[in-house]
Amino acid sequence: MARHIVARTSEIPPGGNKVFGVEGRDIVVFHVNGEFFALLNRCPHEGAPLEKAACVARLTSPEPGVYQRSRVGELLRCPWHGWEFDMRNGQSYFDPKRVKVRSYPVAVESGEELQKGPYVAETFPVHVEDSYVIIET
Amino acid sequence: MSDVIDRPILAEEVAAQSRLRIIDCDVHPSIHAHADIEQFLPKRWQEHLRTYGSHLRTPYIGTTPYPRSSPLIARRDAWPPTGGPPGSDLDFMRKQHLDPLDIEYGILQVLDLFIFSQQNLEFGAAIQRAINDWQLAFWSDRDPRLKASILAGQDDTAFAIAEIERCAKIGRYVQINVCPRANEPLGRRRYWPIYARAQELGLPLGIHVGGYGGHAPTGGGWPSYYVEEHQSNAHTMAAQLTSLVLEGVPERFPNLKIVFIEGSFGWIPSATWRMDRHFEAFRSEVPHLKRRPSEYVKEHFWFTTQPIDEPDEAKHLRSLIEWVGVDRLLFSSDYPHWDFDDPRYAFKTPLTETERRKIFNGNARALYRL
Repeated sequence: MARHIVARTSEIPPGGNKVFGVEGRDIVVFHVNGEFFALLNRCPHEGAPLEKAACVARLTSPEPGVYQRSRVGELLRCPWHGWEFDMRNGQSYFDPKRVKVRSYPVAVESGEELQKGPYVAETFPVHVEDSYVIIET
Repeated sequence: MSDVIDRPILAEEVAAQSRLRIIDCDVHPSIHAHADIEQFLPKRWQEHLRTYGSHLRTPYIGTTPYPRSSPLIARRDAWPPTGGPPGSDLDFMRKQHLDPLDIEYGILQVLDLFIFSQQNLEFGAAIQRAINDWQLAFWSDRDPRLKASILAGQDDTAFAIAEIERCAKIGRYVQINVCPRANEPLGRRRYWPIYARAQELGLPLGIHVGGYGGHAPTGGGWPSYYVEEHQSNAHTMAAQLTSLVLEGVPERFPNLKIVFIEGSFGWIPSATWRMDRHFEAFRSEVPHLKRRPSEYVKEHFWFTTQPIDEPDEAKHLRSLIEWVGVDRLLFSSDYPHWDFDDPRYAFKTPLTETERRKIFNGNARALYRL
């Protein structure tokens, strides 16, 4: 599994996202509730760019008149047809077994740790005082 | 897997994709700034627009009766970087839609200013006329791929005829548009002068979903939710197809071509089967019909494909296409609206090259004489 240092954590504001070209693919990284999630920037339905998705809460209703709102900001609603996906694993809300967006493991590591790794010289000038977002593909 | 588009792709389909240009029968341009449209409005109506605005049969001023799922019913990625609403910037439309999808022609469908829902019919007529001019000046003149439609609200039938005459003299419009939600069903005789003129001019009659004529959008009454109202677009289309056929419009105007836009086509087989069955039983009530209803549908009507149905099993979409008939279908994207269909991915069932050529280009080329 290749590891790609893509950004400083400060480059993706809370509630925002940023797209990175990684090995010919566009991968979008979301920053929500202090966590980072990486997904292919393409809806499996008709190909819409997920960077434009609305980040919404999971809204469920166990019975009419009762509703529950959870995981605020962690569900993506596709910018075209509104299909919803779980940012954490790419699963669709309506058909989790069959329809999903490709997701990628994300790590956040400090520059100090990274400097010891083999990734520093080739790609990024790493500042030891910052933290970095790393996508595994 | 990143791609779960759930269908096999035929080898010939892959080969065809690189050569086949698209005719998109439903592209929505929007007014960028009020000044753009005001220059085509007489002073009297400019002042009316500023002073009174729209009078619609909806409960609150300036609203639609239903909330929408996204701002201005648009794709969230379709807001031009230069500002203005989605669909209002030609350069951005070219960059996002016309060029990358290789759109050979786009048929313009204007919905701005509640175009067919104004209850002040004179005001409605004035803005329809202004928008007919605006379509040429702001769109067709600047990009010859974009073809304008004559907006001619049918409830002021005299105006509609006069406007059709005026635009036909200009000669650059490919279609006459009327509204599916007006005061009466489309088959009623009060509207026939429009159909007579359309037939003489050889211009198809376009009927795009939407509008607020004051009637509940379903036969069951007023829906509660947007998702429910959105569903009713197909019900309205089914009601209008039934009205046009059973009132005898295609019988009386055999060369009139009628296009249903944004109603998709999943509902057509059952609607026509039912009409045929009832026709056998009640033939004597409508002796003006010489043939089975389905025969009129198969010869006089066309249907745009968006928002395409997505049955759980792709083979069922295949069956639908065969039941309706490949010759009756016209590809449409609905750009820049949220329920946009992408010509590359919308059909979740394989099509042969011949079928692709008809649906994505040939049928529209022949119908609109492009």
